[in-house]
Amino acid sequence: MDEHAHPSVMTFVAVWITLLFFTGLTVFAATLELGPFNAIVALGIATIKALLVVLFFMELHYSTALTKVIAIAAIFFFMLLAGLTLSDYLTRGWSTYPSTH
Amino acid sequence: METATAPVEPKTNYLNADYGIKSWLLTTDHKRIALLYLISITVFFFVGGFFAMLIRLELLTPAGDLVLADTYNKLFTMHGIVMIFLFLIPSVPAVLGNFLVPMMVGAKDLAFPKLNLASWYIFITGASLIFYAILTGGVDTGWTFYTPFATTFSNTNVVTAAIGVFIVGFSSIFTGLNIIVTVHRMRAPGMTWRRLPLFIWSNYAASVIMVLGTPVLAITLVLVALERLFHLGIFDARLGGDPLLFQHLFWFYSHPAVYIMILPGMGVVSEVIPCFSRKRIFGYNFVAISSIAIAVLGFLVWAHHMFVAGISTYAALIFSILSFFVAIPSAVKVFNWTATLYKGSITLETPMLYAFAFIGLFTMGGLTGLFLASVGIDLHVTDTYFIVAHFHYIMVGGMTTAYLGGLHFWWPKITGKMYPESFSKLSAVLVFVGFNLTFFPQFLLGYLGMPRRYHAYPPEFQVLNVLSTAGASILAVGFLMPMIYFAWSLQYGKDAGPNPFRAAGLEWMTSSPPPTFNFDETPVVTWEAYNYDQIDAPNEGVKVAG
Amino acid sequence: MPDSETVSNNLKHHFANLEQQTATSKFGMWLFLATEVMFFGGMFVSYLVYRLSYYNAWVAGSQTMEITLGATNTAVLICSSLTMVMAVHFAKLGKRKLTAIFLIATLVLGMTFLGIKGVEYYKHWVHHEVPGPNFHFEHEGNFDPRHVSIFFTLYFAMTGMHALHMVIGVGLLSWLLILNALERFSAEYNSPVEIVGLYWHFVDVIWIYLFPLLYLISHRHTG
Repeated sequence: MDEHAHPSVMTFVAVWITLLFFTGLTVFAATLELGPFNAIVALGIATIKALLVVLFFMELHYSTALTKVIAIAAIFFFMLLAGLTLSDYLTRGWSTYPSTH
Repeated sequence: METATAPVEPKTNYLNADYGIKSWLLTTDHKRIALLYLISITVFFFVGGFFAMLIRLELLTPAGDLVLADTYNKLFTMHGIVMIFLFLIPSVPAVLGNFLVPMMVGAKDLAFPKLNLASWYIFITGASLIFYAILTGGVDTGWTFYTPFATTFSNTNVVTAAIGVFIVGFSSIFTGLNIIVTVHRMRAPGMTWRRLPLFIWSNYAASVIMVLGTPVLAITLVLVALERLFHLGIFDARLGGDPLLFQHLFWFYSHPAVYIMILPGMGVVSEVIPCFSRKRIFGYNFVAISSIAIAVLGFLVWAHHMFVAGISTYAALIFSILSFFVAIPSAVKVFNWTATLYKGSITLETPMLYAFAFIGLFTMGGLTGLFLASVGIDLHVTDTYFIVAHFHYIMVGGMTTAYLGGLHFWWPKITGKMYPESFSKLSAVLVFVGFNLTFFPQFLLGYLGMPRRYHAYPPEFQVLNVLSTAGASILAVGFLMPMIYFAWSLQYGKDAGPNPFRAAGLEWMTSSPPPTFNFDETPVVTWEAYNYDQIDAPNEGVKVAG
Repeated sequence: MPDSETVSNNLKHHFANLEQQTATSKFGMWLFLATEVMFFGGMFVSYLVYRLSYYNAWVAGSQTMEITLGATNTAVLICSSLTMVMAVHFAKLGKRKLTAIFLIATLVLGMTFLGIKGVEYYKHWVHHEVPGPNFHFEHEGNFDPRHVSIFFTLYFAMTGMHALHMVIGVGLLSWLLILNALERFSAEYNSPVEIVGLYWHFVDVIWIYLFPLLYLISHRHTG
């Protein structure tokens, strides 16, 4: 079913080179003074790399809708965990009692 | 539909297909594994119940005269750990779900039979560790393992117990994974999503929680164990850590875990009610979707366990509002069950009695949950017996009654034998009466301000506590009776035939007990779930065996 | 063993055909990986919470990381993902020799990663950066050494869990090599290779996030 479309060896090699390029790029970006953007750039590059691995090496791009749903659900529930936990930590400082910040 | 015809002569079934201890311990048959789970969790249930009895006996008198304060701490901790992790979480999914999910979708087995067997061994390994911790001195942290008490101050076997719970968690992950994959991939031809029994929907929803929630508990317990062993400081305020982070991570699993416990129970009720009112369930789509909604919303409300712990007021408001939302799908279910009864031909057989008990008790538990979701009331009754009563209404009044109801409903299918009807009705009534007598007084005690987790209390609370203990002894009889007559029925029960209740569903279309591969030939489904109108129509009894 | 035999030997009784079986086991692995996201997720959230609270300590802790080793390890893992994907590719074509070669390459790269990680751990141990009684961190600047200890706790928990997954992966690869040598796989039946591949790539993805979070994003920016 999901086997009909299948990435070629060339795709794999291209993805591999891109991944190595982004690894170099992220190390280089870390030497620059970008303030808060250091974190954003580093995580942005990491996300691009992760997407490349997931979409092509793990063949999510060629997989069934169901598999895609699982991948998205995993990210979604992780976001819930992170987001709602932070909803506590980030708003603690709003109150008058001493906060951890 | 040809599969509906059952042969008259005794045939090979999953119970007599093979004999000997090896054929059980190495089986990959989901039905045998379900029985392995059934036996294990029944033992654990009575161990947990034993701790509960000691707690209730201690609370018979205001003075702490039966056990020491430390012993009492261990008793309620071990009661909680055993009941939650070793009984409630596996109860319906691993026993009834294991047995029924493949049959209900028309499959020969779960998707990963070896993983299923492995999950039982993992379960037993974890349970053994927990029992090792209990026998070598017990644990006194409460089932919640709150830090920094669990990591720094407790002198008991926290690490052993935590690792035990960690391991048991993986058995639950594997069961959930198996159920989800089976529902997606193993359905018989014609078994579309909207033809699935609601038991499948609710076990599916519970499995989603098991799969996505349990790993968070697992890693949290690893961190607790590491912190306790090496004093790393991650949850220790003295070292800059935040104990509230532990609570966030812990409740991210442990609140949805409540829905792992209750959702499969709702599935049982959704099967029983249509059968004994001879009607299609009212609002199938709503009941099905509400299961999924409960599973998802259940992940959004965990911090209502932390209102007094020092979380931000604004977060508390968010979690309070979100907690109210869970009431909507829960109420949808209750209203739909009630609407199903309307103009039905209701017969009060034992499973139906349990289902009725479930609806009433779950509604009470759910509504008092709304009290607790509002921050103002929660501040007043947190850590009192009001909480204890509330969650026992859900877990015992809801889940355990549903589990017993389901066990009665499918007992003829599992064993091929009928249980004695009068005794079982009596036990259902005893459970209902005993339960209310045990836990209703605890609402009052909590509202009056009696804190939980103390072995002594002021004398003015004694009357209500005596009532509660009296109720607990009635409840114990109600729980022991099924043990006895179920065992009795194995030998002396009437033969059940394939479908003693004339119920709808693929599991009833094969012989009782079912053959090893469930169906003689793969069924083809051409009808909607709960087609009681067709089953009861005079000339169309073809869709039901017997 | 002829290819058709690998099919009949490996088709389990409860599946209609091999396609259903392969799709089912792939689906199972994806679902398992979702549980892994949540498993690591607990640690990622802890990291996030403490980084927001103790930024300066995070910067101080991050300075001790050797970016060269971390970057090398990232490259090693990315290469191992390529070799893994090639192994799957050739397994699907039924080419056992090439499958074996690429599985061995993946295995070697995986061991290399663990070796380099071991060197890093050793250095942290020597520098008293392992949390516990032996922990000692120079107090220079606007941070609390106890908070650096939390950084290192999370560093060891996250990379340690990741390394444990790598060790399991190495075990799985060895198992695949044995099955491959026993000629259990064919162009029709090769789902174990594919499934271990999914697992291996996932472990790579975790590292792709661990590398910037632990080595890079707080580096050289003493606030």
